[in-house]
Amino acid sequence: MNDDSVTKKLMFYFPQCVCDKPIIYHLVKDYNLIVNVYRAKVTPEEEGYLVLDVTGTEEAIQRAIDFVRTFDVTVNYSGKGVVRDEERCSHCGYCVPYCPPGALKIEDRATRKVAYHESECIECLACIHICPFGACTSAF
Amino acid sequence: MKTYEQINDRIESGKAVVLTADEIMDYVDKKGLKAAAKEVDVVTTATFGPMCSSGCFLNFGHSKPKIRMSEAWVADVLVYTGIAAVDVYLGCTQLRHGDPANMYPPGEFRYGGGHVMEDLVAGKTLQLFALSYGTDCYPLREIRTYFSIQDLNQAIMVNPRNCYQNYNVAINRSDRTIYTYMGKLEPDQKNGNYCSAGQISPLLNDPFYETIGVGTRVWLAGAHGHVYAEGTQHAGGVARTPDGLPMGGAGTLALTGDMKQMKKEFVRGVSFIGYGVSLALGIGIPIPILNEEVLRRACVRDRDILAPVVDYGVDYPQNTGNVIGHVSYEQLRTGQIQVDGKTIEVGSLSSYYKALEVANLLADEIRRGDFRLAAPIAPLCRDTKMRPLVKRGNNR
Repeated sequence: MNDDSVTKKLMFYFPQCVCDKPIIYHLVKDYNLIVNVYRAKVTPEEEGYLVLDVTGTEEAIQRAIDFVRTFDVTVNYSGKGVVRDEERCSHCGYCVPYCPPGALKIEDRATRKVAYHESECIECLACIHICPFGACTSAF
Repeated sequence: MKTYEQINDRIESGKAVVLTADEIMDYVDKKGLKAAAKEVDVVTTATFGPMCSSGCFLNFGHSKPKIRMSEAWVADVLVYTGIAAVDVYLGCTQLRHGDPANMYPPGEFRYGGGHVMEDLVAGKTLQLFALSYGTDCYPLREIRTYFSIQDLNQAIMVNPRNCYQNYNVAINRSDRTIYTYMGKLEPDQKNGNYCSAGQISPLLNDPFYETIGVGTRVWLAGAHGHVYAEGTQHAGGVARTPDGLPMGGAGTLALTGDMKQMKKEFVRGVSFIGYGVSLALGIGIPIPILNEEVLRRACVRDRDILAPVVDYGVDYPQNTGNVIGHVSYEQLRTGQIQVDGKTIEVGSLSSYYKALEVANLLADEIRRGDFRLAAPIAPLCRDTKMRPLVKRGNNR
C-alpha cells in the first residue's frame, strides 16, 4: 500500500437481487483495495447489507464507490452499524470488558463515564446482546 | 457535635454546607477532620444499580360496576392481587406473560416488571387487564382498560431490599459460559463483574448504621421517600475490616417513596441475557455530620473497601459459602483484578457515573432547602446473621 492510503468504513445497502454480482472481488482486483468485512448479509430475495473497511488511496476508494453505485447499491459513509443511545446508557461500564477493540471504554477515571468510539467498533454486537439497558442497537 | 435540629435549621436558612461523598475525601484531607466536622453539615451518598427486590403498590380506583380483581396484568405483566379489591403489587422481576424465558437459552428477557415501572414513571399509557370471580359487592368479572400514572390514586414504590452495603465480585471457574444476575461470565475465570458504588455508596459511608436507620429520609429516584424497615437479608453481623467495613453483603435497606414524584432516568427496567428482568434505581442518602467519627467514616475510599470474589460456576449456585479471596474497590476500578496470580478483566453493573449524578442532585436540593433530614426512629441491627433455608422432611 502507498503511504497516501487511507482507511474508510463503509456500509453498502443492497436492494433485492444484486447478490449475484461479485462486488468485493472487483474492489480488490480492480481498485487495489484492502477489504475487511465486519458484517454482511446478502441473500437472494431480501434486502442486504455489508459493513466493511476499505484501505487504499482516496482516489481509488472514490472510484470504487462510483463502481459500486452502478449496481443500484446505496453507499453510506457514516459507518454507524452499531448505535449507542446516550439517553439509555447508564454508564455502568458493564460492556467495557466485553468490547474486543475497546471502542467502549472508561476514559475519565473520576466520573467513570463510558465513552463510545464508533470508528473503533468492529460490529461484533457483543454490547447489543449484553447491555441490560438496551442502550446499544444495530442499524440492521 | 451537631444535632439533626441544628442541621435542619441551617438547611432551612440556606446556609448548610453540603458535599458529596466523592468530594468529602479530599476536602477532609485538606482541611483536617476536626475543622471539616465543624464546618460540613451533610455528606450526600448515592448508588445506581439493579436492585431486584423492588416493586410498587398501585391503586386503580373503582370501575362502574366495581370489580375485586383476583388476577391482573399490567402491560401483560402479572401483578399480585391477594390484597384489597383494586390494589395490586407489581414486582420488578416478574416476566411479561408469554415470555419464553430460558426455553431457548440464553433468553433475552426483553420486558418485565422493572420495565413497567420505568414506563409508569415516564408517564406512558399502559394496559390493565383483570379478572374476577364476581361477588355481590363487586359484580364485574373482567376489565380491560388503559391508564397512566396520573390516573392512579396511589403509585407507591415499596422495595423490600435496596442498597446492599457491599457485594460479591462474580467470576466463573466452570468450563462453560454462564448467564447470571451478575451478568455473562465466561469460563475459566476469563472475566468478572462487581456491583457497588464503593466509596460513595450509602451504607459503606455509614458502616455501623449510626445515621441511617428506620425513618431516615432518602432520595428515591427523585422522590423524597424513607427507610421503612431493615431490608430483607439484612445481616450486619458479618466479618469486617479493622475500620469496620463489612467484607461482604451485610446491611440492606427497605425503601419506599411516591412514584408520581420520581424521575424516569433513575427508574430503569433492565434485562439480563439468560437470567431475567430487574430494575435499576438511583438512590441518594444524606449523612448528617453529627460528629467527627461520623465524618471520618464518610471519608471511606475505594482502597479501604474489600469485596469477596465468588465463583458463580459452582460455589454461588450450590451455596457452599466459599470465598476465593478479597479485592479492593481500588483494584476493581482499574478494570483488572488478580486472583491466584491470574489477571481477570472486570466490569461494573452499578453505575458510579449515575450515582455521582444522584449525590449532586441531592446535595443541590439540600443546599436549596428543599430536602430536610429525618432522624431515624429505630436503628438497624448490627449483629444479625443470615439464615439459610433448611430442607426438612422426606421430600427428595
